[in-house]
Amino acid sequence: MTSRRIRIDVPALTRVEGEGSLRLEIKGNKLVELGLSIFEPPRYFEKFLEGREAREVVDIVARICGICPVAYQISALNALESLSTQAVSPWVQRMRRAFYCGEWLQSHALHIHLLALPDYLGFDNAIAMAERHPEEVKRGLKLQGMGNALIRLFGGRSVHPVGARLGGFHHAPSAETVADLVEKLKGAQEDARNLTHFCASLPLPDDPQSFICVALHHPDHYAMESGEIHTSTGLVLNAAQFEQHFHEHHKPDSTALWSDLDGHPYLTGPLARLNINHAQLPDFLQARLQEIGFQLPSSNMFHSLIARALEIELALHEAIRLLDEYAYPDAPYNSLFLEPGIGFGMSEAPRGLLWHRYALDDQGLIQAARIVPPTSQNQARIEEDLHRSLSRFGLNHDEDALRLRAEQVIRNYDPCISCATHFLRLEKHET
Amino acid sequence: MAKPRIAVHKFSSCDGCQLAFLNLGEALLQLNEQVEILHFLEAGMSDVSADVDIAFVEGSLSTPDELERIRQVRANSQYLITIGACATSGGLQALRNLDGHHDEWRDAIYAQPEFIHTLKNVVPIASEVKVDLELWGCPVNSVQILAAVRALLFGVAPVDDRDRVCLECKRQQTVCVMVTQGTPCMGPVTRTGCGALCPRFGRDCYGCYGPSETAQSETLARRFAGLSLVPDAIARRFLLINSQAPAFLQAGGVFYRSGAEDPRAGDQDD
Repeated sequence: MTSRRIRIDVPALTRVEGEGSLRLEIKGNKLVELGLSIFEPPRYFEKFLEGREAREVVDIVARICGICPVAYQISALNALESLSTQAVSPWVQRMRRAFYCGEWLQSHALHIHLLALPDYLGFDNAIAMAERHPEEVKRGLKLQGMGNALIRLFGGRSVHPVGARLGGFHHAPSAETVADLVEKLKGAQEDARNLTHFCASLPLPDDPQSFICVALHHPDHYAMESGEIHTSTGLVLNAAQFEQHFHEHHKPDSTALWSDLDGHPYLTGPLARLNINHAQLPDFLQARLQEIGFQLPSSNMFHSLIARALEIELALHEAIRLLDEYAYPDAPYNSLFLEPGIGFGMSEAPRGLLWHRYALDDQGLIQAARIVPPTSQNQARIEEDLHRSLSRFGLNHDEDALRLRAEQVIRNYDPCISCATHFLRLEKHET
Repeated sequence: MAKPRIAVHKFSSCDGCQLAFLNLGEALLQLNEQVEILHFLEAGMSDVSADVDIAFVEGSLSTPDELERIRQVRANSQYLITIGACATSGGLQALRNLDGHHDEWRDAIYAQPEFIHTLKNVVPIASEVKVDLELWGCPVNSVQILAAVRALLFGVAPVDDRDRVCLECKRQQTVCVMVTQGTPCMGPVTRTGCGALCPRFGRDCYGCYGPSETAQSETLARRFAGLSLVPDAIARRFLLINSQAPAFLQAGGVFYRSGAEDPRAGDQDD
């Protein structure tokens, strides 16, 4: 056994957003090489934002990610609007949260059903899975559709929506349209509850490990579209303080800019959010935690699946709460004057913290931009997790079992490789 | 009859156009009854070199590897359909072609720029291989995709709707944002397909579907000047998501920066 030497190449990871590959080499009982490589060429968004008008930023940054454009738009708006002495109206604040709920719903439902569940039910993909589990797959596609409908309500379309603007929205939906959608959202709540129970009933690996959690926290509600950074190490930071503790590195033996928190890998995303903010879950979800016997905080990364299901329930509940009291506004936006300077903003994208910084000149043009997407923040954590999870799983497993486990570990983070604008492909000596 | 075989390939992009498939809901399951999906990584099918009847291609070409890969896709496919602005015109990331500053940008962002292997210019799929059908839009929508699949299933040429957004606005009786609010709108030169979403939301079209047929870009640029847009602001309207589409590149190029340099893409590689 000690002379065993295997090399596992997954040239193209499936069921992740964007393209990457994984390479493992095991000698005897040791993992001697582990490389998560990313194919995505850099697209240089931060550079071509320079010289663009502040009002154009929302339409440009949406294109960083087709799966989480709303998160990019809201983080950018939070950053730019911080340069104004005026605030957006309470109506805009509420509707932005409802808009954002649509993205959590859509992205989480897509992830659970099309990307993650086939691993647990033993299929290569969701379409094959649908032949044996038609009701579960249809339920998931319906929830995903609800999220898309919610984004369309404010954005016209669910991918690269066109409704968001500085100061609010271009357009307010009519009260009738909102009421129709609220009825549908209410009709999906039972599906969401069943989904949580279903996810909690899956035989998820029990694999506790210690990691630092980072998530936004808001005093009034479960943080989503705004808040301050809280870490499980006790730090509390506003958006302007982010760069004092979080640093990005370009490692020559790696394929991406990696972030660390004062030198340590950390987790951002649904499980980190639940771990930090679970006390703010509404009563019905506190009861759900009891029903399914889910202890928080959790140190099992495989619980990310359940965390997403719970956040689907939360997003539905929040959207219904916000839209039940919908009133057509006097104006869907107010014109803000932006002072020249540096604006910082962030929000909780479905897959984690998304931080933006813009320098605006006195002509109202962007001088410099910096964007730190969730996937580059999770990158160091993913590799750390792979190392220990595979060793703990047992390196003596056969190649297929090791590969499946490695892919499951990676999918727990719902990496969005397209999103990680800094990512690049590293040419490395291949076998 | 055997089911037609399809593949969905991704190049440099945001993944958003693939969602035209993944957002189909139950129709995704029905589509699978009509066609056999052999390669679609995000959906879990992996057979990159499969021979297929239709290859859908998302994304632009921005690395030497991607040039290799698209040639292989072309060789393995009967029909090749580009989906979205990146594949069809280069997309938003082709903005980096304008100044030819790629090397400086790379060096500014990456500590080890020698590991970055990218082409000097981002180019659309058709610059490298023959494309049978181009579906414009940032993003394309499910209606466009399904219409193309159905047409090919029935053996008829897909309809290429090159009408202007302006005409769609008129059909929908949308109030013109340019006439009533003086908002500089790209609708008069932009291809329809979105359903005139932006004007219906009371805002300017920003050209995400690319140039329409007989786009009168210079005329519109003059109209923008009449709305007191400065030259750079006019250039920014044309040079955004489809900056490399000739009708937009030409009009925008006249006003871009000093206007002295020719901003059009060269074709030399790194």
